[in-house]
Amino acid sequence: MAVFQLQQQWVDLISALFREEFLDSQFTQLQQLQDESNPDFVVEVVTLFFEDSERLLNDLCSTLHQRVVDFKKADAHVHQLKGSSASIGAQRVKNVCVSFRNCCEEGNLEGCLACLQQVKHEYTLLKSKLEALFALEQQIVAAGGSLPTM
Amino acid sequence: MAPMKLLGSHALGRSKECGGWGKWKVRFLALLVFSFIAGSFWVFSQVEELLENGENVRVSWAEKAHLLHEQFNLSKSKLQSLSMLFTSSDQNCAGIFNGEKWANCKRDYLERLSQILIVCFILLCIALISNGGPVYSKLISFLSLQSQQQYKRQNFKTGGRWRKKILFLGILLGVLVSVWIFFSMNAAMTARRKETLANMCDERARMLQDQFNVSMNHVNALAILISTFHHGKNPSAINQKTFAEYTARTSFERPLTSGVAYALKVLHSEREVFEKEHGWRIKKMETEDQSPVKGDYTPEKLDPSPAQEEYAPVIFTQETVSHIVSVDMMSGKEDHDNILRARASAKGVLTSPFKLLKSNKLGVVLTFAVYKDDLPPNATPQQRIDATVGYLGASFDIASLVEKLLQQLASKQTIIVNVYDTTNPSVPITMYGPDVVGTGEVHISNVDFGDPNRKHEMHCRFKHEPPPPWSAITTSIGVAVIVLLVGHIFYAAVNRIEKVEDDYNEMRELKVRAEAADVAKSQFLATVSHEIRTPMNGVLGMLQMLLDTDLDATQQDYAMTAQASGKALIALINEVLDQAKIESGRLELEAVPFDIRVVLDNVLSLFSDKSQAKGVEVAVYISDLVPEVLVGDPGRFRQVITNLVGNSVKFTEDGHIFVSVHLVEEPNCFHDVSNHLSRQDANDLIENNTDLSQDTLSGFKVVDRCKSWENFRIFKSTAEATDTIKILVTVEDTGVGIPQDAQNRIFMPFMQADSSTSRTYGGTGIGLSISKCLVDLMGGEIGFVSKPGVGSTFSFTAVFREVRKNSIDIKRQQPEQTVPDFRGMKGLVVDGRRIRADVTKYHLQRLGIDVKVETNPNSAISYILDAFSSRGTGHVEMILVDKDAWGEGSGLAFAHPLVELMQNGALKPQKILPKMLLLTTSLSPTEVDGIKSSGYVDCIIKPLRLSMLTACLQKALGVGNKKLQDSQPLTLKSLLANKQILVVDDNLVNRKVAAGALKKYGAVVTCADSGKAAIQLLKPPHKFDACFMDVQMPEMDGFEATRRIREMEQRVNEFIKSRKASADLYGNVAHWHIPVLAMTADVFQATHDECVRCGMDGYVSKPFEVEHLYSAVAQFLESNEVESLS
Repeated sequence: MAVFQLQQQWVDLISALFREEFLDSQFTQLQQLQDESNPDFVVEVVTLFFEDSERLLNDLCSTLHQRVVDFKKADAHVHQLKGSSASIGAQRVKNVCVSFRNCCEEGNLEGCLACLQQVKHEYTLLKSKLEALFALEQQIVAAGGSLPTM
Repeated sequence: MAPMKLLGSHALGRSKECGGWGKWKVRFLALLVFSFIAGSFWVFSQVEELLENGENVRVSWAEKAHLLHEQFNLSKSKLQSLSMLFTSSDQNCAGIFNGEKWANCKRDYLERLSQILIVCFILLCIALISNGGPVYSKLISFLSLQSQQQYKRQNFKTGGRWRKKILFLGILLGVLVSVWIFFSMNAAMTARRKETLANMCDERARMLQDQFNVSMNHVNALAILISTFHHGKNPSAINQKTFAEYTARTSFERPLTSGVAYALKVLHSEREVFEKEHGWRIKKMETEDQSPVKGDYTPEKLDPSPAQEEYAPVIFTQETVSHIVSVDMMSGKEDHDNILRARASAKGVLTSPFKLLKSNKLGVVLTFAVYKDDLPPNATPQQRIDATVGYLGASFDIASLVEKLLQQLASKQTIIVNVYDTTNPSVPITMYGPDVVGTGEVHISNVDFGDPNRKHEMHCRFKHEPPPPWSAITTSIGVAVIVLLVGHIFYAAVNRIEKVEDDYNEMRELKVRAEAADVAKSQFLATVSHEIRTPMNGVLGMLQMLLDTDLDATQQDYAMTAQASGKALIALINEVLDQAKIESGRLELEAVPFDIRVVLDNVLSLFSDKSQAKGVEVAVYISDLVPEVLVGDPGRFRQVITNLVGNSVKFTEDGHIFVSVHLVEEPNCFHDVSNHLSRQDANDLIENNTDLSQDTLSGFKVVDRCKSWENFRIFKSTAEATDTIKILVTVEDTGVGIPQDAQNRIFMPFMQADSSTSRTYGGTGIGLSISKCLVDLMGGEIGFVSKPGVGSTFSFTAVFREVRKNSIDIKRQQPEQTVPDFRGMKGLVVDGRRIRADVTKYHLQRLGIDVKVETNPNSAISYILDAFSSRGTGHVEMILVDKDAWGEGSGLAFAHPLVELMQNGALKPQKILPKMLLLTTSLSPTEVDGIKSSGYVDCIIKPLRLSMLTACLQKALGVGNKKLQDSQPLTLKSLLANKQILVVDDNLVNRKVAAGALKKYGAVVTCADSGKAAIQLLKPPHKFDACFMDVQMPEMDGFEATRRIREMEQRVNEFIKSRKASADLYGNVAHWHIPVLAMTADVFQATHDECVRCGMDGYVSKPFEVEHLYSAVAQFLESNEVESLS
């Protein structure tokens, strides 16, 4: 019974993530890539994404707060972030990255800073949600259930 | 849209045509009208002038005649010279006068005519300007850019307003001119009338004066007579009786005098003596009581004159005035003054008019003084008075005088003449004439009667009112009417022009709107189609996946049906999208190398099922001159051919569909395809009595295909680019054909021959329209010829580029087809139909087989027998016989003699027997059984395609590999299983995801995080089968890395080639080329080109999509496999 409830919760959570466009189809593809031979694929990738993103965000922060801002460098960072967020299907982060890059190309510092704040915000949101999701998954697995298929 | 456009253009055209002609017509009409007006004016004025002149001449001549007559009557001797003089001078005068008048008239008339002409010209100019205005404005606005449409429209509007203003101005001017004409003509007439009056009046005055003067002279002469004969002689030679007689007899010389009388100057002192001498008393002229003088006037009743200083008693009188004898002239007031003045001046003097005695008529008395001796010319008045002895008086009856005069003259009816004594200007005394106050103008002429103290005037006026100036009225009204009429015409024209302009503007606006709507529609279609396609791909993909799972038969059927429907739908959507893309001009063609033969084989495979089911023969023939590899857009080329062949298959129930490809430059393509191939066999043709018109693929009649391309420009232009290949493709079928009335709209989108077509055959009718657009894009033209019941032939041309030598890996486009197994083999094709044989030959030649064609069965048999014999020169590996070589099923029977010969043992089998193969479109089960017994090894089901032919021949000849046999589609999994794949990406997450995806399909994935690392890993020898390379990487991007890898491989390959290094060193691989696939998020054409340029083999979009990945990988991994196997 508890497993079923957990599963229900998980479904609700993930459909909310899709509905609110935190995630897109790419995430589904990731999930499809996960199988017996590679049981923790999604978690691995997402964790990688978190690490990578945190590093990038820090770099961005320091780049943008220098006295002479190197927009090229910032652009490269944002490009990285965009690539990885696209890979895991973090749609909202990716979308902010697109406008971020535009700001970088224009050399618009204020815009960049605003975008940085937004990206951070989106990233934190996503991170908390995904962490919640993974926690749920672990609970489900611990309870002996399997993840429901989407 | 289309019919509306048609209608619009039609209407526009018609109105334009109409407008052009109408405008000319209107101008022509205006010209006619004006010339008519001018002509009528000219005639009118000329006639008028002539009439007036004639009248004047008549009048003046009549007057002159009368004058002459009168003068002649007056005095023959005296007047002879006078009249001569007068007449000649008068005639001169008249001549001058007339001439002047003529000149006046002419000048007048010319002036008027020129004025009218000027008016006409102005009007015409106005009309022309108003007509030409829009033409110029159109021209100007045509020259200016289209962006000034708004301006143009305003211009039109203002133009219309201006035209109207000018028109109204013109009409106003015309009306004013007509009014002016009226007044000027009227004034001229009045002046002429006045002039006539003056002439007549002066003439009368002069005549009166002359006649008076004549009479006066005579009276003067009488006075001299008396002075001479009465006073100069003693005793007097004259008494009353003589005087009366003389005067009576000479009265004709004084036609104006009623009588003459002579009064003697008698002083008071002499009165007594005088009275006694004559026996009567001097009487007073008037009675005391001043009573009016009565008719019974007798001097006896008069009182004797009172005593006065002197008297002037009348002593001699004419008979007519004998009653005044003894009357004292000094007693009458008028006479008294007269006498005093006369004797003082020695000239004739006149009294003011008064009532004459007895006759009681108004008259004047002329008095001359009679002097007793000659006076010196410079005598003083006193001397004259002293010398006076008597007075001669003559009474003039002015009234009758004038009356008589006037009666002698013509046109006395028309004028009223009054004669006045104006000695006292304030109180003029009427001497003659009615007292009626005449109307109109009065002309006053002075009349000099020879008495300087008296002034007389003659007043003339017309009796009648001047007649209304009809000619002026009619002329001006005529002009006004004409002006108004012309104005009306132009008004109508201007209105018409305005209307047409409005219509034109409206049409244009509608056109713009329609075009905008059309563009919007296309954009909408493009967008919507795209949006539909995306989810449809999902549906199809899912269905495909569903079909891969375990399904029972029913589920499988449902799923397959769903997938088929989905595919049909997506095909339709693609078509619509294409159409929309083309219409909105967004379709661009690729330029990649491709093998046209493979493309055509593919198309044929597509329709092989359908054509086999229908029993329709489908064949392809490509001329040898067409290069193997062309650069262009194979997809679009294929689409066009697919469309055309698809249509043909759809509409052909039996017969054939024949696709042939030639170079445009190929001279023989104008003739039948077989002609150039079989010229050497022309004799055979004649022997066989082959009907050339029936020598088609299936023996069905076809339309004359040459007609389908006869309008192509490409044949006319001779300009040649060096590396362009112009290709002519014809698709010939023996289908139902296109009805004549539908042929001109066949290339319109969504149009089919008729609405029943879509019911019978289905389809949207968009295919041909897309084909046309695509052909246009490929720089070609499309055309067709069709005959209902016979079939249709579509032709199109396309321009491709020749492939550049040394360009990358063309072979990749035509994988695995170069099977070397048949190279150098010899074959024989036996077929009664040359075209069919040529098609077969063409396919066999592609496999490298040396082919001979035999169309005659006998020569074929002998050739085969020759081949069978060991000594024979001709050795053949295979013999292909068409089932219907010389008619239905005759191919089967062809081999019987051979079989018999073999069975008889007459034909010894050699160690390699030629394999007999039967070509057929369809085969019934019974025929399948009969094949072997007929001596055939196998049969080949048409349409012929390279792959299929290869397979069959391999099977028959027992060569080749197994791989081609199991041609079941490879799944991604089978493709990627156990493949060593390198993934290069700087992004950790991306790398992980890509690796995960590839691993999922069984690949062994190695990761590299930079281009440099990848180069290290890919240094030959290496174990990798493929590399996925991210394009955008820091330090060294994917392009650069690939370039370096290729350089590296190049070096190694050269080493191996030049044997500098053994192949063993490099993993025993003869040629190193690792497939590199770009991974990129944005798939633009530019990116693709960049990929190809730096040596990449393809690209996959990030994130991975299964189908795309498959198609990208399959291309080279499969061929790799073939290479490794072979």
